[in-house]
Amino acid sequence: MKKRSSLFSKVYIAVVLAFLYLPIMVLVVFSFNQSKSRAVFTGFTLDWYQKLFHNEAIMSALLNSLIVAVISSVVATVLGTLAAVGIHAMNRRMRSMVMNLTNIPVINPEIVTGVSLMLMFVFLKMGFGLTTLVVAHTTFNVPYVILSVMPKLRQMDVFQVEAAQDLGCNPTQAFFKVVIPEIMPGIMSGFLISLTYSFDDFIISHFVAGPTAQTLPLAIFSMTRKKVSPEINALSTIMFVAILAVLLLINIADIRRESKKKRGVQRR
Amino acid sequence: MKSKLPALPYLIWMALFIVVPLGLVVYFAFTTADGQFTIANISQVGQYTGVLLRSIWLAAVATVLCLLIAYPLAFFLSRANYSIQRTLIMLVMLPMWMNFLLRTYAWMTLLETSGLINKLLGLIGLGPVQMINTPGAVVLGMVYNYLPFMILPLHSIMTKIENTTLEAAQDLGANWWQSFRRVVLPLSIPGIMTGVTMVFVPSISTFIISRMLGGGGNILIGDLIELQFIGSSYNPNLGSAISLVMMVIVLLCMSLFNQFDKSEREGIYG
Repeated sequence: MKKRSSLFSKVYIAVVLAFLYLPIMVLVVFSFNQSKSRAVFTGFTLDWYQKLFHNEAIMSALLNSLIVAVISSVVATVLGTLAAVGIHAMNRRMRSMVMNLTNIPVINPEIVTGVSLMLMFVFLKMGFGLTTLVVAHTTFNVPYVILSVMPKLRQMDVFQVEAAQDLGCNPTQAFFKVVIPEIMPGIMSGFLISLTYSFDDFIISHFVAGPTAQTLPLAIFSMTRKKVSPEINALSTIMFVAILAVLLLINIADIRRESKKKRGVQRR
Repeated sequence: MKSKLPALPYLIWMALFIVVPLGLVVYFAFTTADGQFTIANISQVGQYTGVLLRSIWLAAVATVLCLLIAYPLAFFLSRANYSIQRTLIMLVMLPMWMNFLLRTYAWMTLLETSGLINKLLGLIGLGPVQMINTPGAVVLGMVYNYLPFMILPLHSIMTKIENTTLEAAQDLGANWWQSFRRVVLPLSIPGIMTGVTMVFVPSISTFIISRMLGGGGNILIGDLIELQFIGSSYNPNLGSAISLVMMVIVLLCMSLFNQFDKSEREGIYG
């Protein structure tokens, strides 16, 4: 009985993973296809990759995406970290009010955030472009920074700051020498979440980018409208491999750190 | 250190780019193009009742399917040993990191009348089946895109259910159905709540999945809104009204669901 159920669970996991991966694998295979057909494989070629790298729209969109992601993440990280510190000092009622505000863009459907920002930029007479993209991305990124910094602040030993001040630090010094290093892991993960969300965002960007400033997801969108363009397959393959590499690196680093920790504990 | 001041720039930012913009949506929803108060926009949404109902229905079907697929998976994953669990969770997350347009595009090519699935069906003598541009294709797109959002919260709550708890239930004479109904299900309700929200909200508000996989015949609320802001029929007043109606629908659906959750809990503990 036990054995049969564990076999069933293995098969079930395999089937769901196949569902998740088969479509991506088909894209990868057909990125090497000679003809434009998406159903018949006629021969191996790397042409689509070459075409992709000579596609100026894609390359400039990639550059825009990187610019918007980096600037908006840095701004969001600074704003969010400061906000978390301030919120931490608030009393319970005020804190829950501010946290409700923080949760609005997280819970609200993205399309509503998108159109509301679009209306705001029109109202402020800001021309659509990289600036509006950066402002919009910062807005949806800040909550994630706050949500990842707050737990670290809660875990922090409050007496450390007092100790630093007893030892002669002024409040600013204490903040930079004690608080910031303590909450650094939260700040970093907030920054990384912001980078990935910003790089991946299509829905909100669609409403605030205007016709000239394309980001990578926007460029992908205009490619998918042309129906047949094997360059998308090549792009998907590159992105898939890149993501796989990053995740593997993170995982390996994690496992190393953990086994080091374990060894440290054993030695003790 | 104990100062609220550092939060000030953030509060100003959020007031400017979250609170005021949402206020603008409400303002636009209740005014005409030249700023006169009107409820014509809201009543105009009534003519799209069909689209609203379709959006709720398709999003609900996709959410239920995600729950049915993800629940056993999350449970099996949570019983595996730690390093296997970690690798499998990474495998679940990996497709999520690919842009959803690319993932949806993949299904577009698979489901086409001349696509790979129909080619394979042709090999075993089954005629081309119309799969793309159907409501089923839209649901498939939603399930495929948002399934990880259901798996991850369920998995993280289920890892907290100890094997010893399940063994205790069995020692006390529960069969697998009883131990599922009385132990696993009640303990996993917070995960179900999070997962359902994370799948339902993006599903009901999507506008690209429906366009890429549903053709022109299966448009959803999201498509309606997008058409008023970006498309040919530029009308931000009507668009705002539809957005407002959608937010209300989402809130109603979620509070209905919360109600159901409450009675479920009272049934167990009461």
